[in-house]
Amino acid sequence: MNKELTREERTDALGGMGCKRKRVEDARFTQGKGNYVDDIKLPGMLHGDFVRSPYAHAKVVSINTDAAMALDGVVAVLTAADLAPLGLHWMPTLAGDKQMVLADGKVLFQGQEVAYVVAKDRYIAADAVELVEVEYEELPVLTDPFAAMESDVVLREDLMGEGGALPDGAHGPRKHHNHIFTWEVGEKEATQQVLDEADVVAEEMVYYHRTHPCPLETCGCVASMDKVNGKLTLHGTFQAPHAIRTVVSLISGIEEHNIRVISPDIGGGFGNKVGAYPGYVCSVVASIVTGVPVKWVEDRMENLMTTAFARDYHMHGKISATKEGKITGLWCHTTADHGGFDACADPTKFPAGFMNICTGSYDIPTAYLAVDGVYTNKAPGGVSYRCSFRVTEAAYFIERMVEILAIELNMDAAELRRINFIKKDQFPYQSALGWEYDSGDYHTAWDKALKAVDYDGLRAEQAQRVEDFKAGKTRKLMGIGLTHFTEIVGAGPVKNCDILGLGMFDSCEIRIHPTGSAIARLGTISQGQGHATTFAQILATEIGLPADSITIEEGDTDTAPYGLGTYGSRSTPVAGAATAMAGRKIRAKAQMIAAYLLEVHDDDVEFDVDRFVVKGAPEKFKTMKEIAFAAYNQAIPGIEPGLEAVSYYDPPNMTYPFGAYVCVMDIDVDTGVTDIRRFYALDDCGTRINPMIIEGQVHGGLTEALAVALGQEIAYDDMGNVKTGTLMDFFLPTAWEVPNYETDHTVTPSPHHPIGAKGVGESPHVGGVPCFSNAVNDAFRAFGLRHTHMPHDHWRIWKTANELGLHG
Amino acid sequence: MSGKKHITMTVNGEAQEFLAEPRELLIHTLRERLNITGPHIGCETSHCGACTVTLDGKSVKSCTVFVAQADGADITTIEGLGNPDSLHVLQEAFKEHHGLQCGFCTPGMITRASKLLEENPSPTEEEVRFGMAGNICRCTGYQNIVKSILAAATEMNAAKEAAE
Repeated sequence: MNKELTREERTDALGGMGCKRKRVEDARFTQGKGNYVDDIKLPGMLHGDFVRSPYAHAKVVSINTDAAMALDGVVAVLTAADLAPLGLHWMPTLAGDKQMVLADGKVLFQGQEVAYVVAKDRYIAADAVELVEVEYEELPVLTDPFAAMESDVVLREDLMGEGGALPDGAHGPRKHHNHIFTWEVGEKEATQQVLDEADVVAEEMVYYHRTHPCPLETCGCVASMDKVNGKLTLHGTFQAPHAIRTVVSLISGIEEHNIRVISPDIGGGFGNKVGAYPGYVCSVVASIVTGVPVKWVEDRMENLMTTAFARDYHMHGKISATKEGKITGLWCHTTADHGGFDACADPTKFPAGFMNICTGSYDIPTAYLAVDGVYTNKAPGGVSYRCSFRVTEAAYFIERMVEILAIELNMDAAELRRINFIKKDQFPYQSALGWEYDSGDYHTAWDKALKAVDYDGLRAEQAQRVEDFKAGKTRKLMGIGLTHFTEIVGAGPVKNCDILGLGMFDSCEIRIHPTGSAIARLGTISQGQGHATTFAQILATEIGLPADSITIEEGDTDTAPYGLGTYGSRSTPVAGAATAMAGRKIRAKAQMIAAYLLEVHDDDVEFDVDRFVVKGAPEKFKTMKEIAFAAYNQAIPGIEPGLEAVSYYDPPNMTYPFGAYVCVMDIDVDTGVTDIRRFYALDDCGTRINPMIIEGQVHGGLTEALAVALGQEIAYDDMGNVKTGTLMDFFLPTAWEVPNYETDHTVTPSPHHPIGAKGVGESPHVGGVPCFSNAVNDAFRAFGLRHTHMPHDHWRIWKTANELGLHG
Repeated sequence: MSGKKHITMTVNGEAQEFLAEPRELLIHTLRERLNITGPHIGCETSHCGACTVTLDGKSVKSCTVFVAQADGADITTIEGLGNPDSLHVLQEAFKEHHGLQCGFCTPGMITRASKLLEENPSPTEEEVRFGMAGNICRCTGYQNIVKSILAAATEMNAAKEAAE
């Protein structure tokens, strides 16, 4: 007989919530045995490759595929003319627009898909791409959204009505032929009045440049049409496999039960793999046409040039305050560059995502936001790169505006924040732009952060540095970057969140096996977040079986329950909640089984870590393992055999993680080189499921923030040529450029989430970008700088110093 | 393209012999021809290091090596570093210290780290960061990768000392 374990030992044995459980995914990844889409090989598989436009705006006069077709090993070359009879030369976008699958008479951005070559191997396909002759006639190029709104050049003739009329777009009336939508939130007149009457108003144009999520694995798929049984299997890098299945069914006409979408291991997503791309449609068509599997995998240049950019928001802001620094109003007008097609990945009712979280962590009584979406000759996309929908833009905007207001008020930026934070007792807090913040304790987090870094000491050191600089004793300035961000994640309540009409609930289905182990399947899909580890921890705590005995499976639409996938930090808030709720259904049935076995009434037993005990008689119990077996071997009156549950969770609200970050940076005025001396990140993501994984997410998100703030961008020249199309030009930091981060936390659980968790994956990016940028701006505050645009690469910083007259 | 070339090489201790177009990239030889899919393709320009293998004792990016250049070479990939019954110290260390997330860079990262620790068995943190700068990770921010490599170095040195 084993020694009876204590309650604490039994809890530890489960490996449940709150412990630093090692990842179950790592065994295969460390041995090179991951299974990514490019690892998939099917018998007879062909390879697809695109002919792409070298021009940003041009008519396609003719396409000659003869030479390509004549090449040995080429099986097919598809053009829009081949797809048109099937109605597949255009496809719907997630934003209610449509996008060319293959160039239909014209191209709208450099790299646009013009023809799709199918060949026996990737070398022959690449050779054949070179042999396709396309004649273009160049058209005027518009790369600036402000110019596009003034231009006579029509980018989208397909959206024009009879006689030059301008029909409404998917989000209402359009003001100009290159205009997509206007989205307004808040009180325009009231905000204007507050600004007019304010003691102090700070105004600035804050541009958040275009960048790209650039996961290390590019996008790709393997489409396999089995003509014998009519089933299509589509493996691919999909962050939302079920949504992809529905989209494929809607546009192909294949019934949904005949489509199986599988997301295998995914080599990072960061928003890049949410959308549906022409490569997927062409591969499916090619497989249907050829009757064999077809693989398409982007190269890096294609990835950066064509699939899913992020940001490109020109945010014109005004913020008003009393002389004492109490913020009274916020006004924002954003001009959003959406590229040639509106393919933004946002919930249907939010064409600018959750940009209306731009009041941030502050109690701002009156606010107004308007966003104008505009077509230009750039790639479509507009995904949320490691953030919830447009939340990084919002956080960057407000955290820059607060810093600029501090300059206007001649106040310390930390103090300005403190006097404007939403107070703990104001939660749930109704924001002026329509959100209900669930919970927060900003003052506690802020004070903890400032104390941890010795904020007053840093300011004293900085002041001394400025003196030394002026005295010619140093050429290095010191910047202190501050940020207090509030995220909005966990989309979302079905009442206001859907994508293509699909409610943004999520799901979990659990099967307990007779011997007390289990499998749980979810509607989400991990891309490195460690779901197989953490969701098992949630379940271990909820159902009292060890995490090591629970398999988590995602990404196969034939087996997983329907869900909207993983992005926008929604997995823990939504699917994590579904997991807990499904676990509670298991527990409820287990309680009845336990009561039967213990010969007492249901109400006389209670759950205790890994068992049900008779109330007041803890020596009488049945373990969950025993109960699992009983579910399969006992005929219990009134109870069905088996132990399974499914939960579809429709969240009542979003969750609102927050954090307080401080960055200390030295800047060499003569070279523009930045040295991050210290970075402190305090995150409050509510209940913490696995502190090791949270810390890893914070490190990664901060590093992606560093990249965006300090150098990463998708830049175009005036001809619409992408200037940053390879990793030679597109900045991805290496170990050499990245500092060690200090992580910290407070815990303010979400009151509406079953386990109080809020999600964390994107917080460090949302908070990190303004924090790095604020540090750069702050370094030059003493020399009169109000605002300088990202990315703060060495050249731009040098230029800022030069413009401020710091080079003598 | 005609003119296939006769190639021999040793990959993870196994002799390989085949005919290939000289322009075939080593990463495709490994992944497509030999079904060694641990090394991945991330950039095709030698920047990301997902395709890192050890070729005749040096870390190389196999996405920019022609198979003709690798004729006669001795190559080690992640598959040659450990096996399920006996993981390499680095493989254990990456697991232990959460040195990976999506796993896509991991094979190249560990393969490079193994070579780094051969070149410099007791590196400082700075030397690890410099020595690993040819391998990009988008998920971890490197902090735990560096920690994993330093921990592995300590463990390997302790094991060596114990053996002496």
